[in-house]
This record gives sequence, C-alpha cells and structure tokens, in this order.
Amino acid sequence: MKLLIKNCRLLNKEGGETFGDILIQDNVIMEISEEISAPKADIIDARRRFVLPGLIDMHCGICEPGYENKEDISSVSKSAVKGGYTSICCLPDTSPVIDNKTVVKYILVRSREVSKINVFPYGSMTKGCAGETIAEIGDMKEAGIVAVSDGDISVQDAKLMRNILLYSRMFDMPVIALSEDTRLSCGGVMNMGRVSAVMGLQGIPREAEEVMAARNILLAKYTGARLHIPLVSAKGTVELIRIAKSMGVRLSCDTAPRYFTLTEDSVSSFNTLAKTRPPLRTQEDADAIVQGLADGTIDVIASGHAPETPESKKVEFDRASYGFSAIETAFAMSYAALVETGAMSFYELIKRMAETPARMLGLEGKGELKPGAGADLIVADFNETHVINSSNFASKAKYSPYDGREVKAKVIMTIVGGNVAYLAE
Amino acid sequence: MFFDRKDFISLREINAEEILYILSTAETMKIVLRQANKKAPHLRGKSVILMFYEKSTRARMSYELAAQYLSANIVDMTLTYDLGEENSLADMGNLIDQMGADFIVIRHPMSGSARLLAEHAHAGVINAGDGLNENPSQSMLDLMTIKTQKGGFEGLKVTIVGDIAHSRLTHSNIWALLKLGTEVTLVGPPTLIPDEWAEFGPRITYNTADAVRGADVIMVAKVRDADVGGQYLPSINEYRNLFKIDERLLKLAKPDAIVMHPGLVGRGAELSSQVIDSHQCLSNDQIANGVAVRMALMYLLSLTGAGSYARREETRL
Repeated sequence: MKLLIKNCRLLNKEGGETFGDILIQDNVIMEISEEISAPKADIIDARRRFVLPGLIDMHCGICEPGYENKEDISSVSKSAVKGGYTSICCLPDTSPVIDNKTVVKYILVRSREVSKINVFPYGSMTKGCAGETIAEIGDMKEAGIVAVSDGDISVQDAKLMRNILLYSRMFDMPVIALSEDTRLSCGGVMNMGRVSAVMGLQGIPREAEEVMAARNILLAKYTGARLHIPLVSAKGTVELIRIAKSMGVRLSCDTAPRYFTLTEDSVSSFNTLAKTRPPLRTQEDADAIVQGLADGTIDVIASGHAPETPESKKVEFDRASYGFSAIETAFAMSYAALVETGAMSFYELIKRMAETPARMLGLEGKGELKPGAGADLIVADFNETHVINSSNFASKAKYSPYDGREVKAKVIMTIVGGNVAYLAE
Repeated sequence: MFFDRKDFISLREINAEEILYILSTAETMKIVLRQANKKAPHLRGKSVILMFYEKSTRARMSYELAAQYLSANIVDMTLTYDLGEENSLADMGNLIDQMGADFIVIRHPMSGSARLLAEHAHAGVINAGDGLNENPSQSMLDLMTIKTQKGGFEGLKVTIVGDIAHSRLTHSNIWALLKLGTEVTLVGPPTLIPDEWAEFGPRITYNTADAVRGADVIMVAKVRDADVGGQYLPSINEYRNLFKIDERLLKLAKPDAIVMHPGLVGRGAELSSQVIDSHQCLSNDQIANGVAVRMALMYLLSLTGAGSYARREETRL
C-alpha cells in the first residue's frame, strides 16, 4: 500500500521551511521531495500545512493494567494521537508493576491489540517499584523495554541506586530516576513557599528534588552509567544538571509543559486540578526551565501525562490525587510557551519532542522525517486560535488546569506506521 | 631457587619464580601421596595449628592430611577454642608463640587478618582465606591444575566468570595468573566486578560470549547466594541467562579449553549440567591436588621460614 502526502510544509535543520511531497510505502517513508507522482498511491493533501515527525512521549502514565478506572491503553492511545504523539513510553508503576518480562509482554501485546500507536514500556528498576531490590532488568530488556524507571517513586537507598546504575551499564539503556528525597518531601502536597505558607498547606521544598538530583548525578558520575532525570521542576535542578553536563557526566533530562506554563499560583485557590508531583513551582523556576530548554540543558519535553479520576480531585486538597491528563495539551502548550514567545525555534521544539527522545531510547527509525524512517508523522495547523476544552479529551481524565486557554497549535492528522490514526473533525 | 619467607599470605606480593617453585615442589609431593605408606619425615618435630574462623571441611581436611603425611603434630583449634570477638588475633599470635608452634593456618572472615596475625607471631602463617582479600593456598591448587593440563602459563587466555568482587580465591588467581604471563578476562555483572581491576591488567567485559571466545581456561567465581535477589543481582534466572557457561558458549573457547570451578557450583545456573559432566570440566582433579600443594607450602616454609625465624630469635636472646 502506498500513501502520498502532497503539499507538505517541512522544517529543515537550518531553520528554514520547504514545501514538498512525502511518499510512504507500507510503514516506511520512501521519498521526500518537491514533487512526487505515484499513480497507484492513495493521496492526502496536506494543504501546505506543517508535516512533522510524530511526537514521542518519554513520560506517560498508561494506568493499565490495574488502574483502568483512570486510563487504559486504548484511551491513552486515542488521547496521544490527538495530541500529535505517535509513540509513548509507559511508566512501570502499574499493578502489577512492570518489573518482569511477563508484564512487559502483556503491555506490548495489549497495545498492539487495542491501540494504534507505538508503546514502548519502561521496566521498573526495582521489584514491585518498592525501591528495595534490583529487578530483572536483563530479562525485561530481552522482552522489549527501552529504559528502566522508578515510575514516580524515587529510589531512596543510595547504595541500591548505585548498584542499579552499575548493573544497567550492561544494557546501554538510560536509568530514568525521579528526583525526590522523600524525607524532605514527606507530608507535602504542593511547592513549599509563599503560597503554601499563606494557604496553610504542607510544602515540598525544592531541595527535595535538588538533593536527590545531586545524589543521582554523583552516582552516575562515579559509575559511568547513563542517568536520565525526568520531570525537572526546580531552578536549582537545572543548574545542577548544567554543571554536571559540563563535567562530562552521562546525563540527560526532561521536563513537562506544566513546569514552564504553570506555577504554584495555579493552586492558590485550593485548585486540586493543578496538584502535581513534583509540584508546580514559582515563576522563577519556570523561567529557569525555559532558559534550560533554550540553552540545551534540558534535552526533552515529555507530556508528564498523569491521569486521575475526576472524583479523586473533588476532595480536600490534602487528599486529592496528583496529576492531570496532559498528552493532548502538551504540544500546543509547549508551542505557545516556547515558540510563540521566541524562546526556542520551532525546529528545536520538535527535536526535543521527537528526535531526541528517539535517539536516547534507541528507537530506530523514529523521531525524524527522512527516507527510510518509519511513517510516523503528524499534520498540524498553526493559523487559527483554539480554546482548550477538557470535556473533548479522549483521555478518561476529562479535566485540565488549562481549560479556557487559547492556543494555536492544532493537530489535524496523525499517521502511525503509514496508517491514519487520527483525523480532526 | 631461594625461597625465604616466614609466611604465605598473598600472591600479590610473591613473584612468578616463587610460584613456579612451589608448584614444582608440589609435584614431588605427589610422589609421597602415591606411596602405599603415606609418611615422609619433612616436618618431623614441627607443630601446625589450624585456626579456622569460618566453616570449612575440604580446606581444613587437606591441611590436616598434608601435615600428617609430613609427620607434623597438629592442633585443630576450630573445635576446641572459643573464637569470640574479645580474643584479638595479636594476642593469639603471642600465645601460640609461647607454646612453640611452628605454623598457623588461618581462615578468617576479615580481610587482612592473616597479615595481622603474621606480624604478631614468630610462627609461619599460612593464609587459608582472609575475608574478601585472598586465598593464596587454594589458588596454588588451581594453578597446579592449569599447569598440569596446559603445560605452562605463558600466553594462555584465562576467562574468569562470576562474582569477582567477593571472591578471595579469584583475587589470588588474578594476581598469580598476571604474573605468570596469562591474559586474564573478567566477565560478570558490573555490580560484581569493580572497574578498578582493569588498572592491574585484566580485561573486563559484560558479554559472556565475547569473554570465552578463544579461551584456554574458563574459571567460575562462585556467586554468593546472599547476593541473589538483593542489591547486586535480581535473580538466579537472570544470572543464568547472562552468564551461564553452557555447551554453546564452550564451543567458542579453544577446543581443548578446560573449565574449572571451586566445587559446589550452581548446577544449571553457573555451569550447565552438560558442561559440569563433560571431560573438559575439572573440579575433582583440583581437589586431588590440594593436599600436595599444602604439603609443598609447609615444607618450603619450614626450610627457610617458620622454624628458622623462631631459631634466629632464640639465638639473639
């Protein structure tokens, strides 16, 4: 089967734009050039809209198996294609935890059955995500994991973390370790600072993230392992990473749009929808994150998709769940906060959301539009203004702190493996 | 050949000539072992004290037999003495000296203990394993097996698989094999192979096939049960998938390669059953050489070391 996409507006590395056609055969991009004619191909007219590589999400909660009331593989995949994502990496803190090859295989088989996108599981670095004993990383690698992660539960035992980093060197995979010192964050429900003081809520200090990031950076430095720090939220962490990279530590990191588009002020009216972990910080932190993205300190923008049930948000702030559905808004919010403001070029943004994640995780043929690559791509429009409305989400978690925001980026069509997986109405 | 040592503590500090001299002496000791009447007068009038602070059957027995075959008197303190924490090794050394013993064979759970005892005793100290540091006498036995099988050491490729960090026998083996001119490759999980070993000469890899390719000798460094399912290793199952030596891997080694393991090996985990039962696997031969090596050690130390050191001290008085 051949598919020809006509009149594509394409980004090139030099920052310029060109127009051309893309020919896809089966699930591979065969040719990209100014004018292609392929008599037997199905034709899609992109109408001079941007055609971009499908986005790759490095931090996505899929909740299946175990928490299908929040989200499942089918709903997250529908949500992902609406947001422009063609591949997602799923966190291991499901139930049962992705800590053995059986669960890895279940995720892979299940996602082929019910989703149209590529699902790349992360394996838990400890058994049961409990942070106590090392998991069968080699077995899981054999079964198909692309990285090890601790989910959203930071490993506190430093010696264990050191051994995990050492052990991971055998497999050339990043160790994705969240930075949270739980002795410091204990009891906290939001950023510790001006707002928490005024509201009478227990705070999570920025040190809780920075201390653990510093520890893990040092462990990575001495073990020579590949460390990836997800969900960077604090200015101090950005600074630590900047220094560590200049020292030659094998280190990468990501952040989520919420850490540069929202601040602790979002929860100032006890708004549980913006209760997240790590918590939303201050404008100073958000500015530092934008700066870190602009200068390349922060490598990747992940969605940080963390769906929870609406019921779990309609409770006292202390009791409310952490997180919100973010995969449908990540691209639009990032575009608004980074490209429209001039902080970052459009090309760089796409790189941080597609090419870089693919390279880090060793996903062959993903993240780039070029002949020979997989036919994962999106058609997006940036000319009209749209209002974010969470009631239209495909995600089960139909609420968002971004409701009512006006954005320009809109995904018109998502093609995964040469098949149209989403078409906007 | 001049072998002037009071003690036998470490193969890190001994040179290649001395190692070869002990090995050739052990060969002659095998003659005694082959006689119908296994008694030789070499250590007549000498006394040997066995101090085993750790459980051991084979090693203790082979020292005891070695001493008896050479006509020494033996006291095994393992059963008769309370080896509590309050009794310092230094005091023990003094005590044994006062009783006039010539040799102390010590196995102790702490690294450096044999050296400490040697510094505080006129008697010759033989290290039968100190903590995670070295087990030089057991290593001599492995070396003897390699020499018998391969005729020498120069240019051999030796691959050691498993837990390098916690294997004192392997540490002694590495030092000796490097001095004897072999190429040493270490393979196992990075949690069990300190990177720093590479600074001393061995090549480190995490790929078992790569490690055994072209090897003359494959040695198994046993993984401790306590390390499985904890911080160092997720499971025996995963260890097996990554590091077990089976027939397929053995085919990558030289056709006449030998596989050595220290006995009680994880059948099906560290070595496949077929490999263990094959003619290339040499665990039992190694044990047979144990007595001869220990006879040689005690005899050589008695010539220039232990006894004479005590005598020199007396003359000075």
